[in-house]
Amino acid sequence: MTDPVFWHRLQFAFTITYHYLFPQLTMGLALLIVILKWKALRSGDAVWDAAARFWIRIFGINFAVGVVTGIPMEFQFGTNWSRFSEFAGGVIGTTLAMEGMFAFFLESTFLGILLYGEKRVSRRAHFAAAVALFLGSWLSGYFITATNAFMQHPVGYSLGADGRLQLSDFRAFVFSTWAFWEYAHVMTAAVVTGSFAMAGISAYWLLLGQHREVAQRCLRISVIAASIATVLQIFPTGDRNGKLVADHQPATLAAMEGLFESGPYAKLAIIGQPDMKHRRLENPIEVPGLLSFLAYGSFGSTVVGLNDIPSDQWPDNVPLVYYAYHVMVGLGTAFIGLALFSLLQVWRGALFRQRWLLWCWMLAIPFPYIATTAGWVTAEAGRQPWIVHGLMRTSQGTSPQVGTGDTLFTLLGFSGLYLVVGILFLFLIGREIAHGPALPAPAPVEERP
Amino acid sequence: MMEAIWYAIVAGMLAVYVALDGYDLGAGALHLFVARDDAERRQVLGAIGPFWDGNEVWLVAGGGALVLAFPVAYAVGFSGFYLPLILVLWLLLLRGLSIEFRSHVENPLWRSFWDVIFAVGSSLLAVVLGAALGNVLRGVPIDASRTFSLPLFADLLPGRGSGVLDAYTVLVGGFALVLLAAHGGAFLAWRTNGKVRERSLRTSRRLYVLAAAIFPIVTWATLEVQPGLSGAAAQRPVAWLTMAVAVAGAAALAWGLARSRPRLAFASSVALLLGLLASTAATSWPYLLRSTVDPAFDVTARSAAAQGYALRVALVWASIGLPLACAYFVHLVRTFRIDPDRRIDAEHEVPGRSHSGPG
Repeated sequence: MTDPVFWHRLQFAFTITYHYLFPQLTMGLALLIVILKWKALRSGDAVWDAAARFWIRIFGINFAVGVVTGIPMEFQFGTNWSRFSEFAGGVIGTTLAMEGMFAFFLESTFLGILLYGEKRVSRRAHFAAAVALFLGSWLSGYFITATNAFMQHPVGYSLGADGRLQLSDFRAFVFSTWAFWEYAHVMTAAVVTGSFAMAGISAYWLLLGQHREVAQRCLRISVIAASIATVLQIFPTGDRNGKLVADHQPATLAAMEGLFESGPYAKLAIIGQPDMKHRRLENPIEVPGLLSFLAYGSFGSTVVGLNDIPSDQWPDNVPLVYYAYHVMVGLGTAFIGLALFSLLQVWRGALFRQRWLLWCWMLAIPFPYIATTAGWVTAEAGRQPWIVHGLMRTSQGTSPQVGTGDTLFTLLGFSGLYLVVGILFLFLIGREIAHGPALPAPAPVEERP
Repeated sequence: MMEAIWYAIVAGMLAVYVALDGYDLGAGALHLFVARDDAERRQVLGAIGPFWDGNEVWLVAGGGALVLAFPVAYAVGFSGFYLPLILVLWLLLLRGLSIEFRSHVENPLWRSFWDVIFAVGSSLLAVVLGAALGNVLRGVPIDASRTFSLPLFADLLPGRGSGVLDAYTVLVGGFALVLLAAHGGAFLAWRTNGKVRERSLRTSRRLYVLAAAIFPIVTWATLEVQPGLSGAAAQRPVAWLTMAVAVAGAAALAWGLARSRPRLAFASSVALLLGLLASTAATSWPYLLRSTVDPAFDVTARSAAAQGYALRVALVWASIGLPLACAYFVHLVRTFRIDPDRRIDAEHEVPGRSHSGPG
């Protein structure tokens, strides 16, 4: 508790987890808004326009909170992790700067047009603004994921004479295999969050018998989007990420699976609790050989267990990695079930009649957030004890002159401020949902009730 | 050579940030004074609404460019200013939310609350930007460990015993507040109408006069704190050029204000700010952060730079990225241009307000 590294880590973990609640929705919604605007443009139907406007409003509130909680992330690399920034800045500065130049300008400009400009630009230009916003937010996701990918599996660098990392191969770094699959996994997760939010709120309206036209169309589109995204989430993106972890981070894989003993025909634990004292998995339900198959493509492949890895290279919190990973996979599997079953109902034309299914969607809204957070905990706690895998330990990356008192103070400050922001956010989102999409009224109304 | 180019790019991006976000910070500082009722305040917020977020991106992108080009300066500077920077983050957060959240609820108390947050947050940020520049010019106690940490305030007079805030940095902070408030006033005079426009123009004129009165004092104090700057300014043709831009901006500004032509005044004010900041950057080269302990610990463009390959590659993509950013900006300004007959009608510009409008 007196170790400043612990507080630096906790503050970063807290602020990044909180921050990412917002971009995961906006990146997913950006795609869905493009679809809604496209439908509106093609059909000229005011219902699609009303739907798009409602979701742009939700997008706007989320985006605002995402921006203001995102700026602290870029600052904290310097304020809290100065030795890491000094060490790796010569490489990751590239993607951080590219994110600003190629993504944030695009995003902020066209969000301005999308939010404020519907009356000033043509329908076509307004649709184009939605597309540009989608591109900007997805580009932003790419650059920051590529930055993380370097920390997970550094490539394209060389170690300089001054002990700092240098970029040696731009393409290898920016377009690494790890970055590609991590990005694909992260973005499909964002589409899951976005489509579950849209489906859940539409289901809420349908259960109340409100806004039927908009709700039915939004639910249908979001169920289709969720079906595609939830499947892509597991295969191929989740699968490929798992194989990369197996190849490059064996200690992390062992921690994720709670695997202590090395060997062929490694079992995949569905359930169980890691017992760190006795180095075994308690109460396991396991599938023999499946882990070997998933990691390396054959049942006989040997998977290395934690016992064969020096414990100073283990993730420092193995149970956390294990549980986070299992929560992610468990929820991801359940999402496929819900989405595909609902897709079947869409095809049968029976989705809107099944109240229990609408209830499921409404109650499902928080779970993609939980799954995504668990996924990031798996990746980030799983990368430990490294801040740049194999090159720099997390404990060596902090700002040497920023002590426990400073970080505890700022962590408490962030906690309090973010609590207030969270309450205000829920209050405003709640109002928007209660108000719902506004179909064009016969006469212009001066004020909203 | 690469260091010099990237020094210019980073300094240029931060200067553009000050010139652009400066006007919405300035508008915030004047918010409570030039706009008295809800309709008038909606005019102010509607005027900056489509722009402020993009303006702030210049800070984030400039910060990204700093990490890219001078990772050591970023690491030493940001960790050294730990508490002040975190306080800035909280201010940025509250101020950003005040702009976005205010319009969503009709309640007058809700709106007054966010109006005050917006005004106070904007004013403090303007002071902080100035004080930050003051710290960079004055220097900080970087020692042999190549780190420093500073109390928020200690000795009043600038020197080795002073904190983040001392007489000099507060002076620069105050100057920044006056100048950016005037700048915001010129913007509002251009983009609003009626009473808000009149008040903004009047306030802006007064504040520019005040800024002109403080400017010699700030210059004198800067040369007292960092005497080497005057020699550097005299020897560098680039600095003469940027100073000429500042002087031309100031002259055009005076003319625009006298003739009540706010658009010209605002554009000149942008030139003035860019000229002043570019002159500062040109005279401080190659120092990114001076040590008050020993010149051997100075963080210079050369000692802090990433190696040549990263900078060369980045120059290639930045030469695509920066023009794109400028093109988006022009597109945004053109989209929200003011019709000659009809000034911005904020009533329908604030998101979440009207049934037919989006947002």
